[in-house]
Amino acid sequence: MKNRYDVVVVGAGPGGSITAKVAAKGGLDVLLVEKRQEIGSPVRCAEGVSKKGLKKFLPQIKKEWISSEANGARIYSPDGTKVEMAEEMAGSEVGYVLERKIFDRDLAIMSADEGADVYAKTTVTDLVIKDGFVKGVKGRHLGKSFEVECNLVIGADGTESKIGRMAGIDTTLKPVDIESGAEYLMTGIDVDDFCDFYLGNDVAPGGYAWIFPKGDKRANVGLAVLGKHLLKKTVKRPIDYLNKFVKEHYKDGKVASVILGGVPVSRPVKTIGNGIMLVGDAARFTDPITGGGILKAMESGTMAGETAVDAIEAEDFSENTLKKYENKWRPTIGRKNERNYLIKEFFITLSDDELNGLARSVNEVKITEMSVTGLVATLIEKNPETLKNLSKMLFKYL
Amino acid sequence: MINVDRYKCGYCGTCVSVCPEAAIDLLETFININDSMCKACNICVKICPIGALEVPIDEE
Ligand SMILES: Cc1cc2nc3c(=O)[nH]c(=O)nc-3n(C[C@H](O)[C@H](O)[C@H](O)COP(=O)(O)OP(=O)(O)OC[C@H]3O[C@@H](n4cnc5c(N)ncnc54)[C@H](O)[C@@H]3O)c2cc1C
Repeated sequence: MKNRYDVVVVGAGPGGSITAKVAAKGGLDVLLVEKRQEIGSPVRCAEGVSKKGLKKFLPQIKKEWISSEANGARIYSPDGTKVEMAEEMAGSEVGYVLERKIFDRDLAIMSADEGADVYAKTTVTDLVIKDGFVKGVKGRHLGKSFEVECNLVIGADGTESKIGRMAGIDTTLKPVDIESGAEYLMTGIDVDDFCDFYLGNDVAPGGYAWIFPKGDKRANVGLAVLGKHLLKKTVKRPIDYLNKFVKEHYKDGKVASVILGGVPVSRPVKTIGNGIMLVGDAARFTDPITGGGILKAMESGTMAGETAVDAIEAEDFSENTLKKYENKWRPTIGRKNERNYLIKEFFITLSDDELNGLARSVNEVKITEMSVTGLVATLIEKNPETLKNLSKMLFKYL
Repeated sequence: MINVDRYKCGYCGTCVSVCPEAAIDLLETFININDSMCKACNICVKICPIGALEVPIDEE
């Protein structure tokens, strides 16, 4: 490790690795550090991602990254009413279920191939701040202290998002803005090529349960509960809801991995300061409705990497110059996030009966646009009265 | 003071993200709570997906 870099990227998830790759490709001297000893492990994800979305960032998809392909989705309301979504064109798989242990590590290696220095088992414990500018990081590598100078720090440290806090950005998630999740990688169960979602206050209050097929009788079976509900005495732990769900649906399945994790379902935080930018989950870019954050991390990482290249060229690392980054994400990631945040705020207030009613209104309809927008647009079309307020709120976005 | 059951904890960091005092750190495979910063709001205890954080009974 050198003692000076242009950019230090903290965290080698998809967000950090793409940032490092783009910055290194742009000619910058980049250090990417990851506190875990194995990048990508333990997994904290259901690993679902849209095929089109992924190809935007990685035109060459390696088969090792994919554990299976998904052709559609089924949503079950609390009373079991099924809503099916499938893409119109036959044979076009809409989604991948990834193998993130391999995927995440490969992305970090791709940044190394572009010239970034990569160090695992390396934790950033503090920032060096001089005259109001972030000027470096302090940390531990293999247990030994180190300090590195730099012009820019990128906080890509995921849900924990401590780097932002060290720079004075409040990234604390309120209980209404986080889902607490538990998941098993199950084996020996019957699954097809669809992703399944289950809603209901007995299944996962304020969240949902999912089954994402991983091929070969395997699947990620998990659920997440809204933090706000976990504050109540009557609500159990996510792991308890999961055990109940598994008992009801996959009694004979075996548990090959236990996966835990928090998903931000928040509006983004402030993402820039003098000498610092935040990307991915650290910036709270995760989709508030689906909880999907892999692509948002990669998209924001690309934008932060490009902005870093511009800033180094201009030799200006002030918050004002880094506004370029905010100007990139606000109309894209930010706009979608705001729309889905509004949808989330509406949906978490619905009772089981209301969810059943909505599901019944569309269960005969073939929904061919496999997206939140596609589903919500159909729901509004079928329930103009009940969803009047939602449609008013979303009028700018649909 | 909040206890972490290290045998239960899956070191996922969910508690870290909700702590208003930034008193919690995930040190790769264990959670560390800085008692001098903790204001005992117990949000971390309730958010934990597996129930690894506990308020000792006499303090509840
Ligand atoms: C249960 C669950 C299911 C999910 N399912 C999906 C899904 O199906 N599809 C989807 O798109 N998204 C899903 N997500 C969300 C997705 O996992 C995240 O949005 C995505 O990983 C964000 O990428 P990132 O690079 O921002 O952060 P992360 O992937 O979290 O990477 C952050 C990295 O930073 C490291 N780090 C943290 N602090 C430091 C430090 N101080 N020093 C050094 N390194 C540090 C961490 O160890 C970590 O490796 C799910 C999340 C959970 C919890």
